[in-house]
Amino acid sequence: MTALASATAAATEAESLPLDRIDVSRAELFERNVEGEYFARLRREDPVHYCAESAYGPYWSITTYKDIMAVDTNHQVFSSDAGLGGILIDDNIQKSGGGGIDLPNFIGMDPPQHDEQRKAVSPIVAPANLAKLEGTIRERVGRVLDGLPVGEEFDWVPAVSIELTTQMLATLFDFPFEDRRKLTRWSDVTVAEPGSGIIDSWEQRNSELMECANYFQRLWNERVNSDPGSDLISMLAHSPATRNMTAENYLGNVVLLIVGGNDTTRNSMTGGVLALHQNPAEFAKLKANPTLIDSMVPEIIRWQTPLSHMRRTAVADAELGGKTIRKGDKVVMWYVSGNRDDTAIDRPEAFIIDRERPRQHLSFGFGIHRCVGNRLAEMQLKILWEEILKRFSRIEVTGDPVRVRSNFVRGYASLPVRLHA
Amino acid sequence: MLHIKYVEANGTEYLVETDAGFNAMEVAVKNGIPGIDGDCGGAAACATCHVYVDPGWIEKTGKAAEGLEQSMLEFAEDVQDNSRLACQIKLDDALDGLVLKLPEKQH
Ligand code: HEM
Ligand code: FES
Repeated sequence: MTALASATAAATEAESLPLDRIDVSRAELFERNVEGEYFARLRREDPVHYCAESAYGPYWSITTYKDIMAVDTNHQVFSSDAGLGGILIDDNIQKSGGGGIDLPNFIGMDPPQHDEQRKAVSPIVAPANLAKLEGTIRERVGRVLDGLPVGEEFDWVPAVSIELTTQMLATLFDFPFEDRRKLTRWSDVTVAEPGSGIIDSWEQRNSELMECANYFQRLWNERVNSDPGSDLISMLAHSPATRNMTAENYLGNVVLLIVGGNDTTRNSMTGGVLALHQNPAEFAKLKANPTLIDSMVPEIIRWQTPLSHMRRTAVADAELGGKTIRKGDKVVMWYVSGNRDDTAIDRPEAFIIDRERPRQHLSFGFGIHRCVGNRLAEMQLKILWEEILKRFSRIEVTGDPVRVRSNFVRGYASLPVRLHA
Repeated sequence: MLHIKYVEANGTEYLVETDAGFNAMEVAVKNGIPGIDGDCGGAAACATCHVYVDPGWIEKTGKAAEGLEQSMLEFAEDVQDNSRLACQIKLDDALDGLVLKLPEKQH
C-alpha cells in the first residue's frame, strides 16, 4: 500500500470502529503514524474513554489538554507509585515482570519520598549548573557535525541523534568519555523486555544492569571521596537528601536520568529535521531569522511529543468528563493527543516556529512530576540548531522515516538525509 | 483598575495597570515582563511564575497555599518565605500598589 492509501485506510478504520472497540494502546498504530486519527475521534466523541480489553488490561484514555492537566495536577488521587504499576501503561516494565531487579526512583514515587529525592537531583539541571555545561556540550556538538559527510546520503539517527544524546549524558555524569556507549546500552536494557530485540532473557537484563551498578558504584566511591563537583554523581554523593541512599535507589535514580534524557532528546533531534523538511516555509523563516530558534525548540518538542503517554493509578474514585473513574483503575494521559487539541492550541497540526506561547504544551507533563530535565533538553536542541545553521544550508530528508513500534517512546529508528553545504 | 510593580533581580522596574479579576502571572505575561513564562497557563503546575512578594504586602496576598502551590514551590530555586506562584495571586483592588520581585532565573 502507498503511504497515502494506508493513511486513508487508517482514517476510515478510526472513524468506523465502534467506540468501545477502540484501543489506542496498540503499538503498531504509532509505528504506522496513524494514531492521530484515533485520538481525533476520541477527543471529539469520547474524550475520557474506557477500553475494557487490551494487551495491558483495561484502562482509561485521557485525551484532551484540559483533562490531562486535571489528572496531572491531582497527584493525591492519581498515583505514580511503581508498586501500583508506575507511570507506563505496561505494568511489567517498571516491575520487571517479576523476573528482573527493581530500580526504585522518584518518577515512580508519590510524595513525600518523591519530593525529597527530586529536590536532591534538580539542582544539577538548574539554569546555573546548565550554564557550566553549555561550553562542553557546544564543543562536542560542533565536533560531531564537522565529521558528517556533505552531499552523501546517511542515517541521521545513529550519526547525530544517538551520538549527541550519548555524549550529553556522559557530560552530565562526567562519565568516562570512551565508555559512553555503555550509557545508551544500559538505557535501552532498562526499558527492554525479553524478546524485544534488545535482550533475550531477564537473566541477561539483570547481569547487564549489575555491570551498570558496579560501574556507577565505582564512580560514586571516587566522587564521594573528592570535593563536591557539578556533575550529577558528585551531587548525589554529597547532597544530604541522597548521600545515604541505598545502592539500589542510587542506581534507580541514575538510570532514571539516563533513560529520561535518552530517547526523548534523541527523538527531538530527529523530529526537528523532519519537521523542517516537511515545512519549507518555516525553514525559510528560520534562515531569515535564526533567533527564532528560541521559540522553535519548544515547538519541536510539542510537535514531536517524544513520550506519547504517562500513566497513573487512581487511589480513590474520581469524576472526570462525566465519567466515574474507580479506585484502582489505570489512567493513561495521552500527551500526544492533548498536544493536538485545538481547543487549547491554535492550529495544533501545524508546525509553526514562531508561536506566541510555544511552551504551552504537554510534552513535559505538568505538576509535581513535570520533567526536571526540560531546560536541559531545550538547551541541547538550541545548541544543535545554532551549530547546524552555522554549517549547512539545508538538511534534505531523502526517504521515509522508520518509526519506533511503541506506544510510549514516540520516535524514529532511522531517517535518511543529505546535507547541503 | 489597579497598579502592580514587578521588579527584576537586576533592579529594573515595570509598573503596569490592570483591571481586577486577573492573576499576577496573566498580567505579567500580557505586559511582557521578562522571566515569567506561565507555561501551564495558571494551574500552579509548572512553577515558571515564581515571584517574591514584597514583605510589606505578604499579609494581604497571603503565603503560598497548602497543596499544589507549596509542592511546586518546593522544586523551584531560591525559594524564600515570601515566595508565591504569581498565577495563584488573584488581583483585586485591595492589592493596588502590590510589589512583586522576580527571582534571578526559573524553569
Ligand atoms: C525533549 C526531551 C524530554 C521530554 C519530552 C521529557 C518528558 C518527560 C515527562 C513527560 C515527564 C513526566 C513524567 C510523569 O509525569 O510521570 C518527565 C519526567 C522526568 N524527566 Fe524528562 N523529558 C525530556 C528530557 C529529559 C532529560 C534531558 C532528562 C535528564 C536530565 C530528563 C529527566 C527526567 C526526570 C528525572 C523525570 C522525573 C521527574 C519527577 O518524577 O519528578 N528528562 N520527562
Ligand atoms: S503559570 Fe504555571 S505555576 Fe503559575
